[in-house]
Amino acid sequence: MKITTKLWIGLAILIVLSPLGLLLPDHFKAGDAWGEWGTDTIKELVGYIPRGLEKLSSLWSAPIPDYAFRGWEEKGLPRLSFSYIISAVVGITATVIVVLLIGKILAKKDD
Amino acid sequence: MHIPDGYLGPATCGIFYAIMLPIWTAASRIVKKTLKARQVPLLAIGAAFSFVIMMFNVPIPGGSTGHAVGGVLVAILLGPWAASIAITVALVVQALLFGDGGITAIGANCFNMAFVLPFTGYYVYKAISYNASADSSRRMLAAGAAGYIGINVAAFLAGVEFGLQPLLCHTANGQALYCPYGLKIAVPAMAGEHLLIFGWVEAVVTALVVKYLQKEAPEVIEEGGM
Repeated sequence: MKITTKLWIGLAILIVLSPLGLLLPDHFKAGDAWGEWGTDTIKELVGYIPRGLEKLSSLWSAPIPDYAFRGWEEKGLPRLSFSYIISAVVGITATVIVVLLIGKILAKKDD
Repeated sequence: MHIPDGYLGPATCGIFYAIMLPIWTAASRIVKKTLKARQVPLLAIGAAFSFVIMMFNVPIPGGSTGHAVGGVLVAILLGPWAASIAITVALVVQALLFGDGGITAIGANCFNMAFVLPFTGYYVYKAISYNASADSSRRMLAAGAAGYIGINVAAFLAGVEFGLQPLLCHTANGQALYCPYGLKIAVPAMAGEHLLIFGWVEAVVTALVVKYLQKEAPEVIEEGGM
């Protein structure tokens, strides 16, 4: 088997395992990454919401915010895990397509 | 380490976009000269690996979370300039589709994770693995050290970027406009958690994949430039 085939299989395994990145923090009651809090949490932490932060934080509304389908945020870990896996598939597909396109434009043909 | 929208002021965001533009341009120019068509699939795999490994949030029990970036591995296999492009693509997809990292902070996040991280990691790897054979265990250790140091330098800089904000942008009565934590809190927090936990995750991931490739596909390690 070609090494790239093996690595693609490895990626598929990582996609299936990706909900661990959701379940482990939940299990160990770990919160947001440092500096990635939402405005509610900021208010709890420092007592106010910095004005510029409040304005800019809603600048972009991503189609799948935080790797969870809209409206599924409160629907429990199994569904969140499912949307996490789909997000991994969507994200990897997008990433791979863009890199292949860039590669096609940039890479040397003669080899 | 994905700085969201609102944590960095407009000037900081602008400066990092301005820093990254020539880096992205240079990366395309250099990759155009060096990347072979048959290496493109590996570059796509590297970008995908970086994307998915960043989804593996590692908890500090009762505290925060963090993750590896996977970018040092890509730099070891394909060089720092190609890695820079691959990680940039992963970060832009994360920001646009998943709101992971801000749109305004793409310049800063790419500077930390798609420039400083792969370049630091690459040169640490080169230095430690100097003259080592493709299958030597020094090469695996070099990869681990490169991962650890690469992500830690990037995390330290992210801490500095966060921590400068209260100095740069505040109201007349001293309330911060963007990130409310100064250098004395942001730098120890970002540096500390990466030195203690997340740096080791990057080290182990990088070293394990290099060890696997040494066994399964030494030609990939050799082509990475020995």
